[in-house]
Amino acid sequence: MATLLEVKGLKTEFHTQDGIVHAVNGVSFTVDEGETLGLVGESGCGKSVSMLSVMRLIPMPPGKIASGEVLFQGRDLLKVDDEEIRSVRGNKIAMVFQDPMTSLNPVLTIGTQIGEALELHLGMTKEQARKRSVDLLKMVGIPEAENRLDDYPHQFSGGMRQRVMIAMALSCSPQLLIADEPTTALDVTIQAQITDIVKRLKRELGMAIIWITHDLGVIAGLADRINVMYAGFIIESASNKELFANPLHPYTLGLLGSIPRLDEAHKAKLTPIEGLPPDLIEMPKGCPFYDRCHYRTEKCGTANPALELGNVRHWVACWNWQSVQKQHAAAKSS
Amino acid sequence: MADTQVEKLLEVKGLKKYFPITQGIIFQRVKAHVKAVDGLDFFIRKGETLGLVGESGCGKSTTGRTILQLYRPTAGDVYFKGQDLATMKGEELRKMRRHMQMIFQDPYASLNPRMTVGDIIGEPLEVHNIAKGKEKKERVQELLQIVGLNPYFVNRYPHEFSGGQRQRIGVARSLAVNPDFIVCDEPISALDVSIQAQIINLLEELQQKFNLTYLFIAHDLSVVRHISDRVAVMYLGKIVELTDRNSLYDNPLHPYTKALMSAVPIPDPIIEEKRERIILVGDVPSPVNPPSGCRFHTRCPLAIDICKKEDPVFRDVGNQHYVACHVV
Repeated sequence: MATLLEVKGLKTEFHTQDGIVHAVNGVSFTVDEGETLGLVGESGCGKSVSMLSVMRLIPMPPGKIASGEVLFQGRDLLKVDDEEIRSVRGNKIAMVFQDPMTSLNPVLTIGTQIGEALELHLGMTKEQARKRSVDLLKMVGIPEAENRLDDYPHQFSGGMRQRVMIAMALSCSPQLLIADEPTTALDVTIQAQITDIVKRLKRELGMAIIWITHDLGVIAGLADRINVMYAGFIIESASNKELFANPLHPYTLGLLGSIPRLDEAHKAKLTPIEGLPPDLIEMPKGCPFYDRCHYRTEKCGTANPALELGNVRHWVACWNWQSVQKQHAAAKSS
Repeated sequence: MADTQVEKLLEVKGLKKYFPITQGIIFQRVKAHVKAVDGLDFFIRKGETLGLVGESGCGKSTTGRTILQLYRPTAGDVYFKGQDLATMKGEELRKMRRHMQMIFQDPYASLNPRMTVGDIIGEPLEVHNIAKGKEKKERVQELLQIVGLNPYFVNRYPHEFSGGQRQRIGVARSLAVNPDFIVCDEPISALDVSIQAQIINLLEELQQKFNLTYLFIAHDLSVVRHISDRVAVMYLGKIVELTDRNSLYDNPLHPYTKALMSAVPIPDPIIEEKRERIILVGDVPSPVNPPSGCRFHTRCPLAIDICKKEDPVFRDVGNQHYVACHVV
């Protein structure tokens, strides 16, 4: 499969009164055509900021993309001029955000908002845009699409608004859809509806997706490959099945061990990850997971491990991943 | 478990809470009501955790608050330690409050940003005349330790703590008065996954240690499975199913419960690939104008004629497994 997007060494920081917040610290990954990449991590790990950097949606100041390259269709998106990036956004690469109520303009009708991209990028007339908008709303399963075009966002429920956002994002048939926690704010039955729609549309339209989430359950059902992020670094990267079958990084292990599962009968105690993520202003010298890691050794405190190949197409950033693997297997079988 | 022997700490009968929708500025006319809680019957035994699950707008938070009389019920009885809270008022009700407490969902909104942590946790001790001065200070430090925080933090302000730490402060506050009963209103929803487990473990430890009774309100079915003894499922102001934890998860009967469970994602790609999801059609109807008959009939894959006309009776179908459904 051809590579669609290649991110190399992306570093994004925020200059604040308290100091420089190192939100993204040298992130590199690729997305192939038609592939679904999951970007998993908790608050503050840099997953949203990485993708906003790719789309050049970071407010500068206080943000600053300190270094890196974002290669898309032979161009570095970080270096193109404003006009060119605008022709990519909403057109070739589209984004769906977490909270549809704050992402949709409350004073414009849905029809106007969907039509905007169609008129701007595809040069449609108002009538053509209207007709296409109806088709898009039908595609995402909104009943009585013609009538609803003239409604405002507040007249839709949360799930419906998210469908409208998806319709907007897909309006120009993008090659890449970036979905930033699109179902986190939704009820679980509505989440199931939305992920169902996205899966179906992905099959029909063949687009690549980057799906950002903290929910390992959601990503298990959606992604082809998964990158796990922590403190602005990618600390593990593998195919979906491989990551869940053989997690290598202590953070990933910790995360999987701390979540209660619907299909598991009552466990005596969950095993949480003690402590908190590091301060992104005063970044630790060594591995960012050092303070919370049960497998740490002296080297971990002084040097930050880079991603290395641990298994077939499975990368992990940990000095001790081999001994972690052995210890974990021994603990599991006992 | 000798269940019938253990006393019922809380018993709720026919509980209703309606919120009026008014029109007009000077002369307000009641136009309609939001029927947030529309007739609930259940009990919680001492030392037990009852999980209350449902999606947004089903009325679970309102139920929690109405039980504690933070909202006064529109109808129904709330028997707590044998006394009906719904009929109490003034000083009598205020004194009861030290036996029942609440942990709130939003760790950022539920702590007064202008009070130190010491003041926040110490306030209930003052209000209920439990301790003063040095004794109060010692009790506050003890509580901080119980919830896993450094007692040195007494003079810090909420903004100096993380979400998980603030939630622990909320837990400490609720324990200050040695209550019998705590309503946990989505206490971990706002926290990161790895921190959620810390708080769940803490709540379980405290329950053992202090023989607490919990009403655990949540939308996350996996968490509820882990922590509850019995579980009630709510939909649009009513309980549609109630039974012990194992029966609910191994043998859900109500079509809504089944759909809810099938929608919960499981962190295992092989299972996810094979799963058959029951996808519900449409959105939850408005609690201002709930559907006739069984409220779930508009989205139910098994709905038959009677479902549109008659509200099903909430009944025991065997082994204390309660369901409200015509088809079951």
